[in-house]
Amino acid sequence: MRKYSVFAVAREAMRGHRGWEAQWTSPEPRKEYDVIIIGAGGHGLGTAYYLAKEHGITNIAVLEKGWLGGGNTGRNTTIIRSNYLYDESAGIYDHALKLWDGLSQDLNYNVMYSARGVMMLSHNIHDQQVFKRHIHANRLNGIDNEWLTPEQAKEFCPPLDISRTARYPINGAALQRRGGTARHDAVAWGYARAAADRGVHIIQNCEVTGIRRNPDGSVAGVDTNRGQINAKKVGVVAAGHTSVLMEMAGVRMPLVSYPLQALVSEPIKPIFPCVVMSNTVHAYISQSDKGELVIGAGTDQYSSYSQTGGLQIITHTLDAICELFPIFRRMKMMRSWGGIVDVTPDRSPILAKTPVSGLYVNCGWGTGGFKATPGSANVFAHTIANDAPHKINAPFTLERFRSGRLIDEAAAAAVAH
Amino acid sequence: MLLIYCPYCEEERSELEFRQAGDAHIARPTNMTEMTDEDFEAFFFLRDNVKGLTFERWRHLNGCGRFFNAARDTVSDKFLTTYKAGLPRPDLSTLRPATEATVETYEATESNAK
Repeated sequence: MRKYSVFAVAREAMRGHRGWEAQWTSPEPRKEYDVIIIGAGGHGLGTAYYLAKEHGITNIAVLEKGWLGGGNTGRNTTIIRSNYLYDESAGIYDHALKLWDGLSQDLNYNVMYSARGVMMLSHNIHDQQVFKRHIHANRLNGIDNEWLTPEQAKEFCPPLDISRTARYPINGAALQRRGGTARHDAVAWGYARAAADRGVHIIQNCEVTGIRRNPDGSVAGVDTNRGQINAKKVGVVAAGHTSVLMEMAGVRMPLVSYPLQALVSEPIKPIFPCVVMSNTVHAYISQSDKGELVIGAGTDQYSSYSQTGGLQIITHTLDAICELFPIFRRMKMMRSWGGIVDVTPDRSPILAKTPVSGLYVNCGWGTGGFKATPGSANVFAHTIANDAPHKINAPFTLERFRSGRLIDEAAAAAVAH
Repeated sequence: MLLIYCPYCEEERSELEFRQAGDAHIARPTNMTEMTDEDFEAFFFLRDNVKGLTFERWRHLNGCGRFFNAARDTVSDKFLTTYKAGLPRPDLSTLRPATEATVETYEATESNAK
């Protein structure tokens, strides 16, 4: 792999940019791999990268039925934060946040991580009490999170309407300064390039149609539309389609898949300096480096694999955005889309071994998986390589729904992720 | 937004009047205190999360308020039929197959993608 640097840019500028290599190759699948990862999104590609980098396993295939980064990795609103309430969640999300800082250097790929701050608006006394509880819990876990008065919030984000006559008055905000955004496509591409460089095979347009088992029940490989591929270990990192894949191995999952929508406006000059979320009126918004306002809506109420959603959902979100930021009332929305998110009963992910020997699952990130990409991939690689969880993901088992040891962020996540 | 036929009101109403209420035809256990953890997990937490035809409960919350069951395709979101609570799964082979094109989505079209 030729390293990206200012010298490479200068060199290529001198010779008409004819020397750039493909960022990853598309090899024919081998008959057998040590590890197969199903799903070439950020979490899956990252898992392959950390397996190769930290655990010395390079005979890996990442199988993707569509195109690389075309699922939820390419469909989210790119928000990064780690101010979750419970210790387990704080552990894994802050592990990710620490990896975000330095990921561009690690991958030699600009993922455009921007710690511009994530501000959560408080609209009533209940919000205020909950946010302050979060702030104290976060501080005990060494995670930055601070309380702002409405005036301080306005100073941090000037387009915000803090007037007393606003439809949704603001009585304060919680701010995580290390939170921010990153370029979602670059995360997938950067992991893909770095993994391919270490010998990982990335095989797109390769849909898994079955999971093969040995006579003793352990995993033997997968059937795909490109033939049978054997593997000693298989990691399922398929977000909304996890239930479908795990059903092939006879494992029922505590998951329901919902459509989640996002939308972007026409591009405008830089006006919005941070990420703002409001749980109470349900809206979140930031501005991309291209200038589009990136707006996230809530999930639809019914389970679906349609990768689309009801218009009333995004209308409701825009109602809230227009009340919080009257300056945006006359803007046009350019595109909207949906992804399929897999939601667990306690709104915490599952990164664990499964009842099937050699089969591992990383799922249940629900509406907020992007922020965890590097951390999730890192500890999941550890889980696959050692056949045992890392201490950070040890609580995120599949068995917790049997034992009752839930990580109940359902009520505790400061906003709908 | 979906139009949903309420079998009690006997008319199609907007999705906004309805709430989905999980899978249909799940019998609530009567021996909750004696169940094993495995059985309780299977009843309470595990879901088939079907891609394709699913049977589910809906409630006409802002209408008659009653629960009913529906057969829906989770890829196209098309309702094949709705029926009153307590009735068995309908025989879907008697229904006219969907002739109109479903929603054009990545999911619906990817199998034809070259």
